Amino acid sequence: MREIHRRDPRREWIVRNRLHPEHLSVLAEQGGGAASEWLGPQGVIRKNPHAIGFIGPNGVKRIDRSGAQQGGQAAGGARQAAQDSRRQVTIEAPAFLVAVVPELSGGRLSGHDKDLLGLARRLADADAERPGAVLAVVFGEHKEEGFGEAGIDRLLHLDDGGYAGFAPEARLAALSAVERELAPRHWLLPDSPLGGADLGRRLALRLGERPATGVWQLEASESGWRCTARGAAESLDIQRPLPRVALALAECAEPVDETRHAAEPLSLAEAIPSALSRIEDLGQVAVDPAGVALAEAEFILSGGNGVKDWDGFHHAARVLGATEGASRVAVDDGFMDRHRQVGATGTWVTARVYMAVGISGAIQHLQGIQSCDKVVAINLDPGCDMVKRADLAVIGESAEILAALVAKVEQQRGGQRDAA
Amino acid sequence: MRPEQQGVEVAVLVSVGRHPITGRARRADQDARGLELALGLERQLPGSRVSLLHAGPRGEESEAALRGYLGMGLETLTLLEQAEGADAIPALAEHLAAAPPQLVITGARAERGEGSGLLPYALAERLGWPLVNGLAAVERVENGVATLLQALPRGQRRRLKVRLPAIVSVDGAAPVARQSAFGPARRAELEATPVAAEPDRELAQWQLAPARKRPKRLKVIKAASARDRFKAAAAKAEGGGGQVLADVTPAQGAEAILKLLREEGVLPR
Repeated sequence: MREIHRRDPRREWIVRNRLHPEHLSVLAEQGGGAASEWLGPQGVIRKNPHAIGFIGPNGVKRIDRSGAQQGGQAAGGARQAAQDSRRQVTIEAPAFLVAVVPELSGGRLSGHDKDLLGLARRLADADAERPGAVLAVVFGEHKEEGFGEAGIDRLLHLDDGGYAGFAPEARLAALSAVERELAPRHWLLPDSPLGGADLGRRLALRLGERPATGVWQLEASESGWRCTARGAAESLDIQRPLPRVALALAECAEPVDETRHAAEPLSLAEAIPSALSRIEDLGQVAVDPAGVALAEAEFILSGGNGVKDWDGFHHAARVLGATEGASRVAVDDGFMDRHRQVGATGTWVTARVYMAVGISGAIQHLQGIQSCDKVVAINLDPGCDMVKRADLAVIGESAEILAALVAKVEQQRGGQRDAA
Repeated sequence: MRPEQQGVEVAVLVSVGRHPITGRARRADQDARGLELALGLERQLPGSRVSLLHAGPRGEESEAALRGYLGMGLETLTLLEQAEGADAIPALAEHLAAAPPQLVITGARAERGEGSGLLPYALAERLGWPLVNGLAAVERVENGVATLLQALPRGQRRRLKVRLPAIVSVDGAAPVARQSAFGPARRAELEATPVAAEPDRELAQWQLAPARKRPKRLKVIKAASARDRFKAAAAKAEGGGGQVLADVTPAQGAEAILKLLREEGVLPR
C-alpha cells in the first residue's frame, strides 16, 4: 500500500528557517535521526546541507565525510566492530599438524611468536580442501588470552614445575613425547636466544633432522616448500627445501589478523617420561641494574621535570631494582647523565615495564618508549600525553607515591625475611 | 676452597672466521671469546690445560686465521685436516671421544659456511654430554661439577650447575678476547693429522647467495574509511584503555603500582 504523504506547511517552513527556535528539533523529527536527508512530499530525497556535521570541541563545525558521524563515542564502537570482524575458523579433523613452540617471553606471545604463528598458518592453510591445524606447545604458566586470535587451533599446555627456568632436557623429553604421539608434519620454533634457538636445535638433533635455522622467507614450489635462511653470520642466504624442523627469524611472515581460531585445549594420552637432568638451574643472579644497558633493561624507572626529590628517586630505583632513565629536561637540568636519556635523541628502550615519574610525555619521549609493554605513569596532570599512553596512571605527588611504594616493598621484603 | 678445586682439561673448538666487512679470514669472534674464557679458567684453576682443536682444510689463508688463536698464548693447535666442504662433526666427535676433555668450549655460530650453530648440539647429541649455551663465565669447578653463569637477554644472568664432561657454547656475552701477538703466533705449531672426511652432500645441493637485504615490513592498515586510515597513520602512541587513578592517597596509588609490578614479575625477590 502506498503511503500518503501529508504536508504540514508550518513544519516545512520551520525546517527551511534556520533561525527558528524549533528548527533543530523539527529537523531531527523529520529526518528520524539522521537529519540531513529525508523523503520529501513528492517522493524526492531532500537534503539539508546545514544539518551535516557536528560541533567540534572548540565550537567549530566539523564535517566528517567518511560516513561515520562521530561525536566521541563512535571511535570505540568502530574499534569493537574491527575486533568482531575476524572470521571464526574451526578445523575439526585436520589433515596434519604444524607444531609451534612459542617462546612466551614474560608469559605472553611476543611479536616474534605471532609472526611464527602466521608462518605456521601459511603451512597449514596451503591446501584449502585439506587444511592442517596449528598446534602450540606451551610450557609453564602464561598470561596470554589471545591464543585463538594468534591463529592456534590446538593448544597443548604443559604446566608442570619441572619446565620452569632452564630445563632443556625436560622440555626436550616433552617435545619428544608430542612427536611420538601426534607426529606433526612441521616443527616451527623462533630463532631467539631465550626461546627456540636452543630448544629447536636440540629437538632437531633428537629427531635426527637437519633443521633450517634463521629462516626468513618461505615459498611454495612444485616440489614442495622452499625456504630462505640466513647463514654464515648473516652474510649468506641459503635456499633449500623446508625441512621438518625450522627455526625462523622475526618478521618471517605476517601475523594472523583476519581469522580467529579455536585454541582447543589438548592433552597427551601417555605420561611424559621424566628426564634425568644433568643441568641444575640455581636461579637468576641479581645483576646490578645500573650496569644494564638502558636499551635492553627490563624495568626502567624514569624521571622527568616533575621529580623534585632526586635522592628519593635514586633510592626508589635501588629498592625496586630498576634501571634509571630520564627525560630530556631532567638531563638538560643536570640531574641525570646524558646516556640515561630516553627518547628520540637518547635511547629507544624496550623495557617490559616502564615507569615514568613526572614525565608529561613529549612526542619525542613517547617515540622512545614505543616498544615498551606496560607503562606506569605518576604525574600531577591527569590530562598529559603520558597518562593517555600509560596502562596505569596514578595522579598525585610523585615523591609521596614513590616513598609509599618503597615503604611497601621494603615492608614486604622484611616480612619475607622474618618468615624465613 | 682453593685446594678443593682441581684443574680441568679444556678443549676449545675454533673455526676460521670471516671479517664482516672485508670478508677476509680472521679468528672468529665468538671462538676467540671462548678461548679467552678458557685461558681465564686456566688462571683461576691452577693445573688446568687448554687445547685448541680445529677441523678443516689447511690453506694459507686459514692457517693465518688459526694462528690468530695461537697468538693469544698457546703453543700448539691440533688440526684435523679435511678436504674443503667436508663435514666437521664426525671428525671432531671421534677425536673428542678418543681423549675426552672435561669441558669443551665452542662459539655459538660459525662465521662461514652454513653457520647454523648446530655443531655444539650435534656433538652433545653424539657424545651424550650436557650442553649449556650462552655462557658468560665459569665460576667454580668442584668434584666434577661446574658452576656456570649463563647470559640471558636484557643483561640478566642465570647460575647453572652442570655435571662434567660438558659442552658449553659462548656468544657475545663472554669476555672480549685479548689481542693476538704476532711473534708467538708465528712460532707456535700446527699439529696436522689427516682424517677421513665425508663430504657434506646436502649443503652442496643448496643454493647459496650473498645475503639480500630483508624487505622492510610495511604497516598495512586495513580500514574501510579514509578517516580511519588517516587516524591510524597519524596516531600518537596510545595505550588504549589505561587505568587512571585520580584522587587516591599515595598509599593506594603505590598499592596499584606494586600489584602491576608483581604481575609482570619485574621486582627482585
